[in-house]
Amino acid sequence: MGMSLIVKKITQLVIGLIFLFGINIILFGHLSVGGGFAGGVILTCGFILIMLAFGKDKAFSKMKIRVSHFLSCGGAITFLTIALLGYIGGAFFLNFPDHGKAFHLHSAGFIPYADIAISILIVSSIFIIFVVLVLWGGLTKNSGKDADDEEYIHNL
Amino acid sequence: MTIYLMCLFLFAMGLYCLVAKRHLIKKIIGVAILDYAVNLFLVLIGYKEGGVPPILFKDMSQQVLSRQSVDPLPQALVLTSIVIGLGVLIMMVSIALRLYEKYKTFDTSEISRLKG
Amino acid sequence: MLTFYLLLGIMILGSIVAIETRNLLSSVISVGIVGFTLSILFLMLGAPDLAITQVVVEILVLVILIRATISVDNTDIEATRDNFAVVSSLIFLGLFLVFASFAFLEMHPFGKSLMRTSQHYLDNGLAETGASNIVTATVPMIHWVKQQCFSYPC
Repeated sequence: MGMSLIVKKITQLVIGLIFLFGINIILFGHLSVGGGFAGGVILTCGFILIMLAFGKDKAFSKMKIRVSHFLSCGGAITFLTIALLGYIGGAFFLNFPDHGKAFHLHSAGFIPYADIAISILIVSSIFIIFVVLVLWGGLTKNSGKDADDEEYIHNL
Repeated sequence: MTIYLMCLFLFAMGLYCLVAKRHLIKKIIGVAILDYAVNLFLVLIGYKEGGVPPILFKDMSQQVLSRQSVDPLPQALVLTSIVIGLGVLIMMVSIALRLYEKYKTFDTSEISRLKG
Repeated sequence: MLTFYLLLGIMILGSIVAIETRNLLSSVISVGIVGFTLSILFLMLGAPDLAITQVVVEILVLVILIRATISVDNTDIEATRDNFAVVSSLIFLGLFLVFASFAFLEMHPFGKSLMRTSQHYLDNGLAETGASNIVTATVPMIHWVKQQCFSYPC
């Protein structure tokens, strides 16, 4: 299931470049354009492209639903921990690590780590919302098959 | 001032579509247009004529950035707002699809008839 | 400045088409046109982060809306219109626009922003956080906003 052969082949060729572009925008967020939000949404688009082109079974084998639950909660807790650790410097959300040299990749305190936490949170959350839309949106079948869907989801 | 009025005209059209139409998908389209208008208004307030984006490159001096860049504060707020608007829109569409499955129609005057 | 008016005009025309047409697929595509034109407008207003985010978010919104409209048989439910809602909303929105234009006469003209609070972020952004992207560096410096609000008479 999924789409035709042309779409599958082109997805296989292009998907690595999409993930690489997204990671570039996340990691260089404090030096050039980007940041956590833009890069996270680009990575989500990559996962949704896999789901559209290959069907939902292949997409679930790349990112399972239980892993997405842990990642979305973990990203939020990591961001809060980074903000609370600012009390070492004296105030809430203070930039306590040393700033390093400007225009280098490893600089600017905790901003790269906060970007990574935000991007993981966005990827898992929007992916789970999309999964809910796909699995529970059966418009052409009758709605009496809810029991089958529940079992299928629990076994993922 | 004309440009602010055009932006608010877009907001008013989105609000009209949300209130006066009866199809559920049209209401969702109204919410999307409302979202675009509000984000645009916040960014329009912080524009400076002949301004550069607020990013410092290697061969740029600090004076250029302090004198001529646009306001960075609304941009930091709108960045989160765009992604949250996406999440709200997805949730609305999934609720609308569930309503269609149960009532077999998208018409709100049929759905709000309180039967059964 | 002329390009701003042109792009806003395209957005208003696109949203008129999205609201009034009867075919649901045409209306979803018009919302897509409005979103992409907004991304070009963000780029011209000097906000490249917002332009990237708006493009990608617009693509996801189009995918979701097409999934909602394409598997539904469209019946014609707009044959009778709801007169009370249309007339009353038009009256109230007209009043809102009139009073908003009175409020805009008090604001600063477009193109000259005050930047009282943001001047501190622009001057000390690189020295405080060490990040070149001032938009990303604004969030960790947010504890300065309290001092600004209390020191400047608003």
